[in-house]
Amino acid sequence: MKIDLRDNKDFLSGLMFIVTGVVAMVIARDYPFGSALRMGPGYFPSVLGGILVAFGVYVMLMGLRKQEKVMGNWSVRALILLPLSMFVYGFLIEHVGFIGALLALTFVSAAAGREFKLIEVLLVTIGLTVFSVGLFIYGLGLPYPLVKGVWGL
Amino acid sequence: MELFNNLIYGFSVALSLQNLIYCFIGVFLGTLIGVLPGIGPLATIAMLLPITFNVPPVSALIMLAGIYYGAQYGGSTTAILVNLPGETSAVVTCIDGHQMARQGRAGPALAIAAIGSFFAGTVTTMIIAMFGPPIAEMALKFGAPEYFSLMLLGLVMAAVLAHGDMVKALAMVAMGLMLGIVGTDVNSGMARYSFGFSELTDGIGFVVIAVGVFAVGEIVSNLGETEVHRLMTSKVTHLFPTKEDLKQSIGPIMRGTVLGSFFGVLPGTGPAIASFSSYMVEKKMARDPSRFGKGAIEGVAGPESANNADAQCKFIPTLTLGIPASAVMALMLGALTIQGIAPGPQVMTSKPDLFWGLIASMWIGNAMLVVLNLPLVGMWVQLLKIPYRWLFPSIIMFCAVGNYSINNSAMDLYLVGIMGILGYILVKLECPPAPLILGFVLGPLMEENLRRALLISRGDPTVFFTRPISLAFMIASAAILFTMIMPSIRKRKIEAYEGGGGGGP
Repeated sequence: MKIDLRDNKDFLSGLMFIVTGVVAMVIARDYPFGSALRMGPGYFPSVLGGILVAFGVYVMLMGLRKQEKVMGNWSVRALILLPLSMFVYGFLIEHVGFIGALLALTFVSAAAGREFKLIEVLLVTIGLTVFSVGLFIYGLGLPYPLVKGVWGL
Repeated sequence: MELFNNLIYGFSVALSLQNLIYCFIGVFLGTLIGVLPGIGPLATIAMLLPITFNVPPVSALIMLAGIYYGAQYGGSTTAILVNLPGETSAVVTCIDGHQMARQGRAGPALAIAAIGSFFAGTVTTMIIAMFGPPIAEMALKFGAPEYFSLMLLGLVMAAVLAHGDMVKALAMVAMGLMLGIVGTDVNSGMARYSFGFSELTDGIGFVVIAVGVFAVGEIVSNLGETEVHRLMTSKVTHLFPTKEDLKQSIGPIMRGTVLGSFFGVLPGTGPAIASFSSYMVEKKMARDPSRFGKGAIEGVAGPESANNADAQCKFIPTLTLGIPASAVMALMLGALTIQGIAPGPQVMTSKPDLFWGLIASMWIGNAMLVVLNLPLVGMWVQLLKIPYRWLFPSIIMFCAVGNYSINNSAMDLYLVGIMGILGYILVKLECPPAPLILGFVLGPLMEENLRRALLISRGDPTVFFTRPISLAFMIASAAILFTMIMPSIRKRKIEAYEGGGGGGP
């Protein structure tokens, strides 16, 4: 029997819990631990990290026993593009203003769709940008500059 | 009668023109977004939270509550018409509701869902009005140990009753608690897990996690699945149920309301457990259980009433104790805090207009739902025809703009992106995200109360077991954990969730 751990869902979940717990405990070593009477800032996170590791080991073993696989494919394209659209919006709204940030946000996210049709994506991008400038700036009065100059505008 | 005076006072607040308008906007927007497939009430509220910031507190809460049950109800419409549950509690509605729609009985299915929800809403409004004040009075006597034990009980329930494996759910609670630690420690003023970013010393915002995990993560997961052309029932004729339908539904609606109210007051339980148990009960009680899964109206009436009763009773622990009973309620408390109101048992006496106005508005909002949904169902159906590839960029846009508007911080957006990745991984690994959110919200509160309790008792942990109320909560937590470890009960829980048997998507 071939044991493939890369798509064993419980093994991976357990791994995630263990890594989180260990990282948390390692970082918490820099915080004063204190005692049960006067708990320092490191007390709660250290104990919690230990609990996470314990759960993680259990879930991992469960995964080795059950061998259940992750269902379906990983949607790598959307997984990269949608979070990226958030990064892009956050970065651009502080550097080029609301319109530029919105255009980039909607374009990047629309491109994450299953099928990419350039014309349609462009139409959605422009339509949504116009709509949200109207709604958020003129309707709700959010105080963002529409265009902000980085390049000496 | 004090109860009636209070309710009349509440109605006088809720019936002011301004509040009526906000209630209507809330119910309308909630239904609008709730109807769209793939977005549950939590993401809807998180998305729309920013638009309530400039609204006075009472109106803001009324509007948010409207969005909440609007979204809940909108999800049922989608479940019935396109067999697409917006969230777990609507999975049950899909089973028989969609079968009814395929038999050309979409109208009665929608109508009975509305009637059941309205009935449950009316009953629970009364329940909140009756039991809210005594619970708040009792809660005023709670000290740190009681609060800690109660929150522990809530977390245990959230984990035990979550859909899926219990140990994973418990681990998710711990993950949530961990995320809640990020930020400045109240007692020592030390920044924990800030990784050198000054923005992180304030902690991670609740909306950031809710939107990241529930909206972005969910959309990534939707995009990963191949598009299936779902059979859509676009013609809704004969809206009104027959006499026979009504007769068959009365019992399930009543029982659903009772079940929903019971699960509703328990902190930590999601709406899914109420609707699943109602479905199970109806199937058990039916003279001919084989009809279930083939369009039995009881399978719509019961769960829909249960899920609405549950949704509303969640306000009891939230408003009287200041403890969020569900992830959605955590958002409500967040909104209260943003409005400058500290949640807790004192809200009822210090802000009676908020408490009673909100309760009265729930009844009004439920009535609006019936009015809005039955005649306008055709319009909602049209909405379902918009292709998903146009919809999801708009949702992403609302998430981004809304999140940025809370703190005007680019960091929040980066965190939403990261939480989105986490959310998708959680979906793929089948780790339930709701316990994570609860853990995140309750974490800081629990740590604070734990420390305070131990400070009062001079480090003696038996303080949680010597005070009677705290002891009761502790025993309840232990009992629940213990019974769930027993294999026979565990099996029944799995049965309860899978009771529909393949009827879901």
